[in-house]
Amino acid sequence: MKTPNKRLRIVALLALGAGLAGTLSACSASTTTSAASATTAAAGGTYTLWDPYPNRDATSTWAVAIDACATQLGITIKRNSGNTGDTVKDLTTAASNLPDIAMVDNPKVSTLADAGLLTTAAENGLDVSSISANILSAGVLNGETYGVPVGANTLGLYYNPTVLAAAGVDIATVKDFASLTAALQKVVASGKKGITFSAVGTEEGTFQFLPWFWGAGADLTKLDSDKSIAALQLWTDWVKNGLAPNSVLQNTQGTSWDEFKTGDYGFAENGSWFQGDADTNKWGVIQVPGVSGGTAPAPTGGEFITIPVQKDTSRYATSAKIVECLTNGSAGATALGYVAPTSAGAQAQAAATTAGANAFWVKAVSDAKPRTADNLGTNYGIISEQLYTAMQNALSGAMSASDALKAGQIAVDAKLKK
Amino acid sequence: MRIAKTTNTVDGDDVGRVTGQAGPVTRTPRTRSARLPSHLVAWAFLAPVVLYLAVFYAYPLGRNVDLSFRDYTLRSFIDGTAKFSGFDNYVEVIHSPTFVPALTNTAVFTFVSIAFQFSIGLALAVFFFKKFPLAATLRALFLVPWLLPLLVSASVWAWMLNSESGIVNSGLEHLGMHQINWLTSPQWALVSVLIANIWIGIPFNLVLMYSGLQSIPGEVYEAASLDGASKWQVFWRITFPLLRPVSAITILLGLVYTLKVFDIIWIMTRGGPGNSSVTFAIWSYRLGFGGGSPDLSPAAAVANLLILVAFAFGLVYIRMQRRLVEL
Repeated sequence: MKTPNKRLRIVALLALGAGLAGTLSACSASTTTSAASATTAAAGGTYTLWDPYPNRDATSTWAVAIDACATQLGITIKRNSGNTGDTVKDLTTAASNLPDIAMVDNPKVSTLADAGLLTTAAENGLDVSSISANILSAGVLNGETYGVPVGANTLGLYYNPTVLAAAGVDIATVKDFASLTAALQKVVASGKKGITFSAVGTEEGTFQFLPWFWGAGADLTKLDSDKSIAALQLWTDWVKNGLAPNSVLQNTQGTSWDEFKTGDYGFAENGSWFQGDADTNKWGVIQVPGVSGGTAPAPTGGEFITIPVQKDTSRYATSAKIVECLTNGSAGATALGYVAPTSAGAQAQAAATTAGANAFWVKAVSDAKPRTADNLGTNYGIISEQLYTAMQNALSGAMSASDALKAGQIAVDAKLKK
Repeated sequence: MRIAKTTNTVDGDDVGRVTGQAGPVTRTPRTRSARLPSHLVAWAFLAPVVLYLAVFYAYPLGRNVDLSFRDYTLRSFIDGTAKFSGFDNYVEVIHSPTFVPALTNTAVFTFVSIAFQFSIGLALAVFFFKKFPLAATLRALFLVPWLLPLLVSASVWAWMLNSESGIVNSGLEHLGMHQINWLTSPQWALVSVLIANIWIGIPFNLVLMYSGLQSIPGEVYEAASLDGASKWQVFWRITFPLLRPVSAITILLGLVYTLKVFDIIWIMTRGGPGNSSVTFAIWSYRLGFGGGSPDLSPAAAVANLLILVAFAFGLVYIRMQRRLVEL
């Protein structure tokens, strides 16, 4: 019996080894997109910039805009792109060796500032006076400004005129939640599909829900209010009654747009960054309506350009110049498909009917509201996590809308009390 | 010379003994000077392993334990001023409303996965053990799930099981059945990730069980056929009992692997909707990196609980292996 057992052990060991190798390779595969470590070589005027746009390569308009600023300032800017979901993790683990400039999704600015990773405008000498106040406020914590928005995007309600015409829906009648639901019912009755959006269990899901949440008059500090429940009930009923597909639970905004592009859907809630695509297909867009008329405030999206803490504080002056170069005018924002952060820049974009920054989106952004507003600051992350969890529970039928939100508020309270 | 020899025997090792056999008279300072580097050489050989274990096992594990016993926030993670908080994180984790679903899901996921992977793997191994044309080719084809990157297989499963555009639902509708929300309904999410995980785990079981079958002596089967045993009897009375050692090891290794499965679930459902397919591995990641506020300390506590369970199974595995060697 000795040889078989020996062979058995060898096979088992090989299997163990193979399993471990598999785990390791899986790990390395998932980290390839995270930003590499920063080289903070002061000599030669090399500055590092981290951005969350790995899909924009060296030839993209964005990279070209950075290069233009580098040439203008007579320095070298080394760009590193990481996954937007990993920004906080990457910057935290790089705490002793931070990049000169880090671009951060706007609701994360307060979290990173609170962790002591970012410098204030007073420390780095950035001039923020020309930036539109509603966009800038996401970067303000306890009266200090921790960065400048590169631009802003927001959400709107796209519609497919062909589908609406066939269903006999006049877009002008869509004025509030009830008339929108009625329009969806007509579209579904005509054999098409109603509306697609993203209710995925991540920050993206909360971002998409906020126009309806705020439009219903709800407040993020009280998730279990009647208005909040009414907003979630709207989405839950849409999914339950087949006005929205079940796949919204897993849709990112990208896959939701893919659904809309099939031409089967009447409506899609999506971002200004798809305006170019919508123009090509002759699709229209309106602002998300409020519960009983008017327009709902949509959340502002887009990244902030921040200047992380450096040991060599003399670097801030040049870093600030890079930030000003990227935010002045509309070069950086246009390159990214965002509305420019200054009203002068935005007006210039609107005049040139830039896709994603035409007159409609410039107006929508000026109506929009940052997610960390209402003095939520670092609490926003905690609240948002519970809000998208409640959304997932309600839309999947695991809980009723009111139970899901009540459980969410209890979880928020427990975390904030700590 | 005498003295030199006694010191040799005191710390005598293999090298000393070998040179000793060559003749005690020649063992003079020359051997001594050769011995000293030999120690160093031994350490030099050990150093990579020791260094590797320290850097990749001891340090991360120690750091994880440290994280779980302190109250880390993003700020204290950076300036290193987190307060010691004892078992607070563990208490918080155990009292969390996610604890019970995560525990039951982890248990269901692990045991159902193993049960199906093992029985299907064994059935296929027995099937392929019968020599027939193309058996080797077919067996090789069954290894495909093992060779594919997990990211690819999980994404393909998620795509096939999509509520609106998945091929599975399209097939069901052709058969006149209703659409099933595989990944987005609380009843089906865990089932869906289980199906994908079972599919991925079958080759591992197939390979191990097949090698186990090869170690069963042919005479036993000959004797059974002379005694007129039916095929069913041959399987339950001979194959299955003689496969016990290899089965035990396969199942234990499978347990340790399946406990920590992360990629498949994260890609397919992210543990959702809600908590309906959340396991300990997913929960730990969600706490640490998934949500809006990084809870590094509770995340480490969950990970440590998982490590403890895996460690317990690991000990059982080592004991079992020892028993098998003694057989």
